[in-house]
Amino acid sequence: MGAPKTRERTCPACDVPVYPGEDFCEACGHRLGATVAACTACGATAISADGYCDHCGLRQPAGGDHVEIDARAAAGVSDRGLRHSRNEDAMALTDAGEGVAAVVCDGVSSSSRPEDASRTAADTGAAALAELLAAGTAPKAATRTALTRAAEAVAALAGDDGPHAAAAEPPSCTYVSALTHDGSVTVGWVGDSRAYWLSAGGGARLTDDDSWAGEMVAAGVLSEAEAQAHPNAHVITAWLGADADEPDPHVTTFTPDGPGVVLVCSDGLWNYLPEPAELASAVPDAVSEPLTAARSLTRLALDAGGRDNITVVVIPFSSPVHPTLEQAE
Amino acid sequence: MSGNPDFTLTIDQNKYLPEGGQEVHAVVTVEAGGAPAGGATRSTAAAEVIIIDTSGSMDYPPAKMSSAIKAAQTAVDALRDGVHFAVVSGSARARMVYPAGEQLVAADAGTRREAKAALDQVRAAGGTAIGTWLRLADRLFAPHQDGIRHAILLTDGKNQHESPEQLDATLAACTGRFVCDCRGVGTDWDVAELRKVASALLGSVDIVAHPNDLVTDFQAMTEAAMGKAVADVVLRVWIPQTARLRFVKQVMPAVEDLTAKRVDAGPRAGDYPIGAWGEESRDYHLCVEVSPGNVGQELRAAWVKLVLPGSGGEEQVLATGNVLAEWTDDEAQSTRINPRVAHYTGQAELAVAIQEGLAARKDGDFDTATTRLGRAVALAHESGNDAIASLLGKVVDVEDPATGTVRLKKNVDKADEMSLDTRSSKTVRTRKEG
Repeated sequence: MGAPKTRERTCPACDVPVYPGEDFCEACGHRLGATVAACTACGATAISADGYCDHCGLRQPAGGDHVEIDARAAAGVSDRGLRHSRNEDAMALTDAGEGVAAVVCDGVSSSSRPEDASRTAADTGAAALAELLAAGTAPKAATRTALTRAAEAVAALAGDDGPHAAAAEPPSCTYVSALTHDGSVTVGWVGDSRAYWLSAGGGARLTDDDSWAGEMVAAGVLSEAEAQAHPNAHVITAWLGADADEPDPHVTTFTPDGPGVVLVCSDGLWNYLPEPAELASAVPDAVSEPLTAARSLTRLALDAGGRDNITVVVIPFSSPVHPTLEQAE
Repeated sequence: MSGNPDFTLTIDQNKYLPEGGQEVHAVVTVEAGGAPAGGATRSTAAAEVIIIDTSGSMDYPPAKMSSAIKAAQTAVDALRDGVHFAVVSGSARARMVYPAGEQLVAADAGTRREAKAALDQVRAAGGTAIGTWLRLADRLFAPHQDGIRHAILLTDGKNQHESPEQLDATLAACTGRFVCDCRGVGTDWDVAELRKVASALLGSVDIVAHPNDLVTDFQAMTEAAMGKAVADVVLRVWIPQTARLRFVKQVMPAVEDLTAKRVDAGPRAGDYPIGAWGEESRDYHLCVEVSPGNVGQELRAAWVKLVLPGSGGEEQVLATGNVLAEWTDDEAQSTRINPRVAHYTGQAELAVAIQEGLAARKDGDFDTATTRLGRAVALAHESGNDAIASLLGKVVDVEDPATGTVRLKKNVDKADEMSLDTRSSKTVRTRKEG
């Protein structure tokens, strides 16, 4: 064995040597990140380029572990939670026509690369909604088409895996979108991520889960509480992915009769707070402070155990006549 | 060095551990692709030493000596031009057969002819001291440490003319200096002893019960040695500060425990020598014990690198892979057993069951022998290791292979028993793999 020598750092993107004090790689321009990141578990300052501590081996929190979007017209928070090693949820927010479009997706943990599935679906769906609304497509048709495009994009992710991928399920995720327009909101979904209407009067759930529990309740076999307590409660019956059936999007339009917010979320939130009235009373100022509301709901889920990834998007809806959204840039 | 073959390293495991779980298992597959364009097998320097036993017993029956000479001559013919080689005869001490002086010579038509003629003059006489043969081989290889270094050792008897301690000291001195494939001819040699030599020198061990089969075996061994493109590869394994590496085993093509061969390689890392490589694929089973983490945390439990230490201190990392651990409260994930880990755990147990069963049989403990060999039959049956199953069938009468119900055979051919012992560690890949 040769004498130990000073470790030479190389650019994680192009492998050219880089030196202390450089923020970007001289060769390819890749941002080199903090030079003295410390391990969140043992405090060692040697973290490998692939994100594991050189001392204790712990994988360091990734960029997606806690994400916030503050678009004034709407806000969203996505958090890894306390019991999962990474955040497999994704959200996207965009202006669409005169309103706002939000998409939330929850990667299916048992599939391969669920985080890629949810990211792809959310981005594809939101971009499609903006594009279709700009082209004058009607909200319901746009919602359906956007969901179909997201499904195709997720299905196309299959086959990018390595030689051992055959045994794994292809990347897959849930999908829910909400689109505000002309004093109404149109939602579309596949899976068990949800949309709610929250108002001073309580509110309403706008979606019906594609899940074992949802089917039991719909069939009148079990009560909502009985179904959710069953071990199969979270088995979803529809999803986006190469192994899914042709997507059969549920699309519905809701017209509120007063001010309130549209809440779009993954099961990491609604597992703890399933009832619209509970959610509404937890964030009474959501109409004026959407980001604060999204943070508060995320915090409630974390405090309750944070067993799953949590994603919360809040879209204020002040009145059918003067939507807040006109203030958006 | 100009161009190595393409190496790939793949990790197969179930990374999920239950709350409080500490034991992480993984199967690491190392595969070396074809030699790069231009043919590295031609440009790689190689040295070969052929050692044949010439003790007095090689004349009983005389076919042993004449077959060994013929086999060595075939091996000489299989050397490609330019390979440095020598032929050594071994008895209570080692002698140069060819060339006369203590050195290697480059193979060409002339030196091959001279070497074969010198072999014709070899006569059997004297005892057996394998360590002295290896010491001579080590001196011959000394000036050739940069390329492939391979020896073939053939013996027909026990190591009677030196102590086990002397042999151990020689093996310690020769470890890492060259690779040595060992062959026992006839049935008077000691399987455990020869396995120890092959194991220390990263080579294979096998029985050639019938002298007539020596020629084809020597030819195959020499051709395999000529196919090696890169020497002295190591598997470098890093583990976290608070973890413990329980074992590193080669599990394909044969079970070979490498745990004790560790050489420190920087903070928290150790090197395990895996020898010379041609176009081939081998599997390793790693077990790491980690400190339990919280549900949701993911740990790099081992960082495996395939390293080629350069002669000038400039080492090359040929491939890397991660063995991971992630704690989960989802029992469906944490209880799923990786099929390849399970398969190789079974193959390692199979080798141990055979060796223990045969030892018990030798000691007259027939109950233990029946139980252990019965277990071996069941494991061989379950894993589809047909070669071992057929060897077992020559030592025991099988009533039910699925449950491992067997009876010891009364009369067992010595060669069959030794074949089973010698080949007990040979494994098969999982059935489902294509």
